[in-house]
Amino acid sequence: MNLTSQDYQVLAPYILLTAWACVLLLVDLFIPKERKSVTALLAALGLAVTLGVTLSQVGIEQVGFFNMAALDGFSTFVNALLLVSGILGIALAHGYVKRMGIERGEYYTLLLFSVSGMMLMAQATDLIIVFIALELLSIPLYVLAAFARPQLSSEEAGMKYFLLGAFATGFVVYGTALVFGATGTTSLAGIVAAAASPSTSTLLLTIGAALVLVGFGFKVAAVPFHMWTPDVYQGAPTAVTAFMASGAKIAGFAALLRVFATAFPALAVDMTAVLWALAALTMIVGNVIAISQTDIKRMLAYSSIAHAGYILMAFVPYGNPAVRDVSIAAGLFYLVAYAFTNFGAWGVVIALEKKEEKGLAIADYAGLGRKHPLLAAAMTVFMLSLVGLPPTLGLVGKVYLFRAVIAGGFTGLAIIGVLTSLISAYYYLRVVVTMYMKEGEPETVRETWLSLTTALTAIVTVVFSLLPQSLFEWASTAVLKLF
Amino acid sequence: MLEYVAIALLIALALVVALAAIGLGYLFGPRKQSAVKAQPYESGINPFGEGTRRMPVRFYLIAVLFILFDIEVVFFLPWAIAFRQLGLFGLIEMVLFIVILLVGYIYAWKKGALEWE
Amino acid sequence: MIPVEYYIILSAILFAIGVAGVLVRRNALIIFMSIELMLNSANLAIVAFSSVLKSFSGQVFVFFVIAVAAAEVAVGLALMVEIFKAKHSIDVDQMNSLKG
Repeated sequence: MNLTSQDYQVLAPYILLTAWACVLLLVDLFIPKERKSVTALLAALGLAVTLGVTLSQVGIEQVGFFNMAALDGFSTFVNALLLVSGILGIALAHGYVKRMGIERGEYYTLLLFSVSGMMLMAQATDLIIVFIALELLSIPLYVLAAFARPQLSSEEAGMKYFLLGAFATGFVVYGTALVFGATGTTSLAGIVAAAASPSTSTLLLTIGAALVLVGFGFKVAAVPFHMWTPDVYQGAPTAVTAFMASGAKIAGFAALLRVFATAFPALAVDMTAVLWALAALTMIVGNVIAISQTDIKRMLAYSSIAHAGYILMAFVPYGNPAVRDVSIAAGLFYLVAYAFTNFGAWGVVIALEKKEEKGLAIADYAGLGRKHPLLAAAMTVFMLSLVGLPPTLGLVGKVYLFRAVIAGGFTGLAIIGVLTSLISAYYYLRVVVTMYMKEGEPETVRETWLSLTTALTAIVTVVFSLLPQSLFEWASTAVLKLF
Repeated sequence: MLEYVAIALLIALALVVALAAIGLGYLFGPRKQSAVKAQPYESGINPFGEGTRRMPVRFYLIAVLFILFDIEVVFFLPWAIAFRQLGLFGLIEMVLFIVILLVGYIYAWKKGALEWE
Repeated sequence: MIPVEYYIILSAILFAIGVAGVLVRRNALIIFMSIELMLNSANLAIVAFSSVLKSFSGQVFVFFVIAVAAAEVAVGLALMVEIFKAKHSIDVDQMNSLKG
């Protein structure tokens, strides 16, 4: 019973980031109140170093810690995306928390802990680790959502997120218990082996898997488990929302992917229908309710629900080996597209937000095109990307997704996807129309890091859409050895 | 099955005796209510104020810290049982675990969560 | 020896009570207690299964569930105290400062 250096190599990025976060927690105690930028810088540095370690591990395939964690192309891909999200999250937050008067060093430490939980999620090959990672990523997010205390809306957002998140955890744990009872193991590989033997109770396994799906449905905000999303996204500090919308979604889908695609292929017959309905419902409800929103944060929250639906489409054909790989690669690609677009869009929201939740109505964007043409151009790019119009990553992501889903024989679902995208054009383009066609005097803040983030994400969204092949190939190789 | 008969008898007997004791006292005992008797009993000390009065929130912080550090003991139990088999490896892992706890402890200390006033 | 099915049925009942509690009750504290009931019903099921399967990984899982539940308690109670200070109520129906 010993751990070898190979074990530590598997979790090296995760261990490094967690240790860094622990040290930062203590270091921050000695950083004076007016110099918390140092903490932000140190946190970003930690993420960057971890990103370097992760990228140095491209191509390594290993399992460690008694088959409880895996290092493979998939985990490297997802971890790199998560670390980039973390860095973008800090870049957005740095000026925002200062301006809103909620700057405390814990913000960055909590963010690091949350990212480390997300990374562990992508590497977990045992349901126990999946559970621990889920909590490690969620609990800091509950605190972050309530970070603007004593502002009541933020506290309520934290409370709602906490209650619904803990509720979801209950489902995941009970589902895991039943899966454990049916198969006698919590390791994903063991579950596959046990599911193949005739003595395993399929009923218990199916119920367990369904409960786990419900739990993760809450986490990724799939309809009908989405009720918390608009309130939490609206009430939480905007920088937290930006991070939550991308990071938690990436990690949730990564876990869903690993657990369902690798552990429950035997249940594909039952699960495909369920996932089909979930994806369709999520796309329809998210997009339709978003139309009537007048608050930009709520609108983007419903948009985030809708995009969870699009990404869920990638899971529907997971039981079909012929299209499974390409479909999941399309899902990963879409996650990348969504993450960058999402951070950019929230960056623009932060640039316009003022104290006491002012400047958040869509009407406040009137006149932006004339007064701040660059910012308006960036917002236009993000809105086009969210609809799925050229020349943006959002379009490429949707093309890959719909193609994979049609190849899997789910043309109906693809049609729903296209139709809901058409609906979504209405409310996304309304923002663009407001910016360019209406008169107004919007005030924006100028912060170096915020402008850089917005510019960078806008450039990535456009440039990668012109040469998506390399990114998609990376996603494909990431999925290749998953099964 | 037969061995449970004795237990059933015991339970029945205990019930009868208990009910009889309470019932006889109820039937034959004198009943005089007075204000002193109706007071809540607080170990011989005269009660003052409501029993459900509010506590200072400070108690809450201490209680939460107590829960957090207390629950971590569950990880010591399996470690203690398997201590010999785990050997040096187990010891190092446990030291690591305690160091992580210590980080939280130092944080709470430095933040003043342990100060009473 | 009580059959394992009894434990599983009991845990399922407890889980259902927990879910019903979350959906029906409006006091945040009681909702949270219901969630704890869900977690502990899962613990019961895991322990029962692992005693039948003679597997220790289930019992280790229970330890982790207990520890994580404690962490959740800390965060949840902190949030409730903060909200109670501001509103003198933790009724979730009155948490309506967020509406679109």
